[in-house]
Amino acid sequence: MTTDRGDGADVEAADRDNGAGDRDGAGDRDEAGDRDEPGVIERRLHPVTPLRRAWAPVAVLAGWAVHDPSQAQQQLTKLTTTMLLAGLAVLLPAAALYGFLSWWFTHFAVTDTELRIRTGLLFRRTAHIRLERIQAVDVTRPLLARLAGVAKLKLDVIGTDKKDELAFLGEDEARALRAELLARAAGFAPETAHEVGEAPARELVRVPARVIALSLLLIGATWGSLLTAVVVPPLVWLGTHSLWTVLAVAVPLFGGAVTSSAGRFVGAYDWTVSESPDGLRIDRGLLDRTHETVPPGRVQTVRIVEPLLWRRLGWVRVELDVAGSSNSVLLPVAPRGIAESVIARVLPGVTVPDASLLVRPPRRARWCTPVWWRGHGIAVTDAVFAARHGLLRRRLALVPHAKVQSVRLTQGPWERVWRVADVHVDTGANKTVTARLRDAEEAARLLRAQAERSRTGRREARPDRWMQR
Amino acid sequence: METGSLDDGRAAGDEPGWTALPPGLLRMRRLLLVVWLGPLALAVGVLLGALAGPVWSAFALLPLALLGWGWVLLGRNWRSWRYAERADDLLISRGVLWREETVVPYGRMQLVEVTSGPVERHFGLATVQLHTAAAATDATIPGLDPAEAERLRDRLTRLGEARSAGL
Repeated sequence: MTTDRGDGADVEAADRDNGAGDRDGAGDRDEAGDRDEPGVIERRLHPVTPLRRAWAPVAVLAGWAVHDPSQAQQQLTKLTTTMLLAGLAVLLPAAALYGFLSWWFTHFAVTDTELRIRTGLLFRRTAHIRLERIQAVDVTRPLLARLAGVAKLKLDVIGTDKKDELAFLGEDEARALRAELLARAAGFAPETAHEVGEAPARELVRVPARVIALSLLLIGATWGSLLTAVVVPPLVWLGTHSLWTVLAVAVPLFGGAVTSSAGRFVGAYDWTVSESPDGLRIDRGLLDRTHETVPPGRVQTVRIVEPLLWRRLGWVRVELDVAGSSNSVLLPVAPRGIAESVIARVLPGVTVPDASLLVRPPRRARWCTPVWWRGHGIAVTDAVFAARHGLLRRRLALVPHAKVQSVRLTQGPWERVWRVADVHVDTGANKTVTARLRDAEEAARLLRAQAERSRTGRREARPDRWMQR
Repeated sequence: METGSLDDGRAAGDEPGWTALPPGLLRMRRLLLVVWLGPLALAVGVLLGALAGPVWSAFALLPLALLGWGWVLLGRNWRSWRYAERADDLLISRGVLWREETVVPYGRMQLVEVTSGPVERHFGLATVQLHTAAAATDATIPGLDPAEAERLRDRLTRLGEARSAGL
């Protein structure tokens, strides 16, 4: 549902009163039943927003200076103070005007079934997002935004490349809007959706900072990036004796090392998973706080990742795939038992199959994948299809039968020789879970049976509007 | 193993009636092969024969051999394609060396597409493609008779609506 309106005249008029222009956009829905749609109230973002946009030209300049330092220095020495001041006098008002205009022309409104975002100064864009199709709602508060008391609201919708976001809103407003969006998406009556408010949340897990730090120290990637950052720059210095080259190599390396260690720690700090009727809440972050909400029934696959060095401690990481969002971690690190109990909340009625239940490929599969064939294994229960792979870093992927979109069996010539085949299970989050190197006959049976289960599994699934029975 | 328990009785019962592709696709592909490789063989033979001597024109056998090989491969590939409309899902099976079999439950279909390029149209062929919410789903049936393609599309759409489940 996208409508474009070129005339800007109603934009000013639409502020805070019933958007007259929006009526015609809703015309086709009136016939569909809700004839008495109350006036849609359009709102603007928080007045602090222009400041964010105003930084853009400055950031471009800074980026150019960093990109080409020697030339930037030459240009700078040529400039006189007056020219500099004159430039600033032009640039800053222009940036401020741009920020102000883009803020002025951005509106949003919540109707009974949609969130409408209207934006754009020259190229108008109107997005109508259907609420029952929302896959996840995030409220993020970057550090500077926290100081200013504002927050960003991001929505995951299927089929959009990037998240639609409302930046920035007042903190209370963002929270109220999230509650309202979720209440409407859950199917509460439109009149009451305003007052439903935030669903009560019950804390399931809080990951201690000590555990997060220790878990990061036990990952090879952390040490790998730190080691390269320490070793490579001296080697480059020995090779070239050029300070600029060393800096150009060292800065990104150190940046990478810091992101992969301290950055991950800061991002995962105070990781809390709680449960509410609106779905799972994930709150995390030390400097930038993020509050994610995944409504029930949206999770397509769950993956349990077990790095080699965590195995002694019995720790795992849990990741989940939701259609429309790229990748999200449910639990950065947790003991296996707790992780499994959280998974049971995410996928109701699902128990994680025990490692002993996973069936390995037949022994002859070693001719296809020499040592690693031992890492593969599958298990099928009433509720999920589970496939594990990896020998050192084990990954167990779980797909509820109801979320399977299609099933494929593939067999290459070499696999044919050894009478093995692969079974792929495609899910809606564009993730495919593969059971590799199964016995050919078993694979054929699995293919038929999985198609049958994915069809019948849907019957017990919850409706899109999870509060409607 | 648990995997066997659900289907043993059924799979044997409704083991699908496979439908093979009509011969039009094979005819089109072989004709295209001949159209490309025949003149090439001729050009290689004539040019080399005229410029480097008659012995060299034996190199024209290379494209000819390729043509013969391709002729057989196309036939094998065409024979391997087949599909079955079962009560609740569509089965597509294809490939000779790299075999692939796809099952798409009707309820998961988001859209059914019938396409037909200029060459295909000239030969009276159409391609049916099924899309689900998963991009990895690769369910395409090429080289169908347009009337059959439309029948399949309408039937799949109807069944998809009746069993619709979405994400």
